[in-house]
Amino acid sequence: MMADTHLDENGLVLAADGTPLKQSLARALRAQKLRALLLIAPLLLFVTISFVLPIGEMLMRSVQNTAGTEYVPDLLPNVVEELEEWEPASGEMPPEPVYRALAQDLATAFENRNHTQLGRRFNYESAGMSSIFRKSGRRVSNWDIETDGPFREKFLDIDDDWGNVEYWATIKANSGYYTTSYFLAAFDAQRTSEGIQMKEPDQRIYSKLMIRTLWLSFLITFCTFALGYPVAWLLADLPAKSANLLLILVLLPFWTSLLVRTSAWKILLQQQGVINDFWIALGFTERMSLINNQLGVVIAMTHILLPFMILPLYSVMKTIPPSYLRAAKSLGATNTVAFLRVYFPQTTPGIGAGSLLVFILAVGYFITPELVGGADGTFISNRIYYQFSSSGNWGLAAALGTIMLVVVLLLYYIYDKLVGVDNVKLG
Amino acid sequence: MATKLPSYATFGQKVWFYAFRVICGLVFFYLIFPILTIIPLSFNAQDFFTFTPEMLRLDPDGYSLKHYRDFFGANGDYSWLQAFSNSIKIAPLATLIAVSLGTLAAIGLTQPHVPFKKAITALLISPMIVPLIITSAGMFFFYANIGLQGTFMGVVLAHAALGIPFVIITVTATLSSFDESLTRAAANMGADPVTTFFKVQMPLILPGVISGGLFAFITSFDEVIVVLLVGSAGQKTLPWQMFIGLREQISPTILAVATILVTISILLLTTVEMLRRRSERLRGITPS
Repeated sequence: MMADTHLDENGLVLAADGTPLKQSLARALRAQKLRALLLIAPLLLFVTISFVLPIGEMLMRSVQNTAGTEYVPDLLPNVVEELEEWEPASGEMPPEPVYRALAQDLATAFENRNHTQLGRRFNYESAGMSSIFRKSGRRVSNWDIETDGPFREKFLDIDDDWGNVEYWATIKANSGYYTTSYFLAAFDAQRTSEGIQMKEPDQRIYSKLMIRTLWLSFLITFCTFALGYPVAWLLADLPAKSANLLLILVLLPFWTSLLVRTSAWKILLQQQGVINDFWIALGFTERMSLINNQLGVVIAMTHILLPFMILPLYSVMKTIPPSYLRAAKSLGATNTVAFLRVYFPQTTPGIGAGSLLVFILAVGYFITPELVGGADGTFISNRIYYQFSSSGNWGLAAALGTIMLVVVLLLYYIYDKLVGVDNVKLG
Repeated sequence: MATKLPSYATFGQKVWFYAFRVICGLVFFYLIFPILTIIPLSFNAQDFFTFTPEMLRLDPDGYSLKHYRDFFGANGDYSWLQAFSNSIKIAPLATLIAVSLGTLAAIGLTQPHVPFKKAITALLISPMIVPLIITSAGMFFFYANIGLQGTFMGVVLAHAALGIPFVIITVTATLSSFDESLTRAAANMGADPVTTFFKVQMPLILPGVISGGLFAFITSFDEVIVVLLVGSAGQKTLPWQMFIGLREQISPTILAVATILVTISILLLTTVEMLRRRSERLRGITPS
């Protein structure tokens, strides 16, 4: 070693090629970092394009004020400009220039086949607006903007609702490029003439759904804990050979398709299913309703998520020497005290890891609640999917998704602090 | 808890010992019986979802391969087979992308001195944590913008992204016990980095790579929501077909499909378990 190192006139250590050692080491470190990053870069790029940007797009959609693919103010440029003068608080219909602008914009929108989408967009805010837009498109496209005025009477001829001040207030309130109305809707609030207010209690569907999702996820997490803890303990306590054998009973469901397990439960829990048949065979006369309700969701999801609780618990319990419990007992502790004060506290990291994992996964569940949940066992995910498949209110779907994402990322952050994402193990 | 009951155990201890085992036995039963029940049910000769009296009597007439024949199109309906063939086209491609990019990145992540290591790992694992409905909603919007929505490629890319966390987790786990001095030794003997990678490092981390690949494969093979939103009717996969079948009118062919899928999982589980054993054995001979 000494033969390779030299000292320069300032007393700095030099590397073999004559550069100061410090500099040479820094260069080596930089090269190492660069190499690591180069190896990661392709995947990072891939995940960014296929995953991160889509999530970003969804976040944007939750605040963009669009009808179809176009922004609302781009579809109604003249109306937006004319409406600036008009005050909804006045309680009067907008003046003629606004209707003239509407005739212009609607004619263009009709040509581009956008007028129904505009109507649908406003319908999310005030029910009934969809029909007046749909109705007016073709009629308006035949008018001549220069000669056919005044337009207010003509619009009122098509539908009296074109004179509805509430509707015009809705158009004015949603005429920007960005809107908070989807988030308001997601929290069951709405913008009225008296400012932002909560909807009537019987119309608050989303907050009810969110509370239900959190409550059922909590219940399922608790059930997996209650069932998983003794099993993990037994597995940790048995000799490796029999433990490995029993572990297969945990791993097989873990590996089996989620859809298969859900269909199995759907088939077993039916009114005419195996469990109810067995129940009748036992001598009971009434068949139980085990499916299409919250009970079905809890039974099926606890089953599906149980391995995610058992595996982390097992890996923690395996590291606890059995001599600790024996020591506690030989020092005079009863079984209960030895368990509560010696064993249980040492398993809390496993409980934390398992519970968080199960809870995070449960909150986002879609398939199982959709198939066995019925009307009162659905989760927020099912509502988001409904917005895509049936109702078409993508903005609201994006807003609900954003809220859910925030909750999940928060839990993910806690999980990372508590367990560390690089400590996640599979099987 | 003790493994064996000592002869001097009190009555209470005995009760507790057996009660505990009974509880555990019930939980194991709960875990395994739904999966085991559908297997015999799939051989039902009738279109019922429950055991017929003939089946309970173990009468051979109560059993048939009817539902399996239907799966293969015996009733003139080839939609199951079509869905199955779509699934086995999509899953291997998605797995290939996830494994190749994921293994490279995992090697990068286990180098010493990786800048932002924690943040990068968290990001790469996040497709596993973010609820699928959110991921697919985002993909629905974004892929529509770039013309991938409703295409085969779109579904493959989406599934690859979902499989990546599994590859990262399993490969980094294998690499963490990889002895770096082996690559130095290879380099010392004149191997260039590429040769070192394929001749020394790859054989040792291969079990981890394959398990990661199997996880990625099964993720794609079992995925519903992304296909529903990102795919179109042309990419109808097996899970899609099952999901629609379960939601609308449930056909007993599903029992046969479920049994086929359970068999596939048992095969995969056995493979992974064997790989894990092999990897442990290999690690046993490498000085740690």
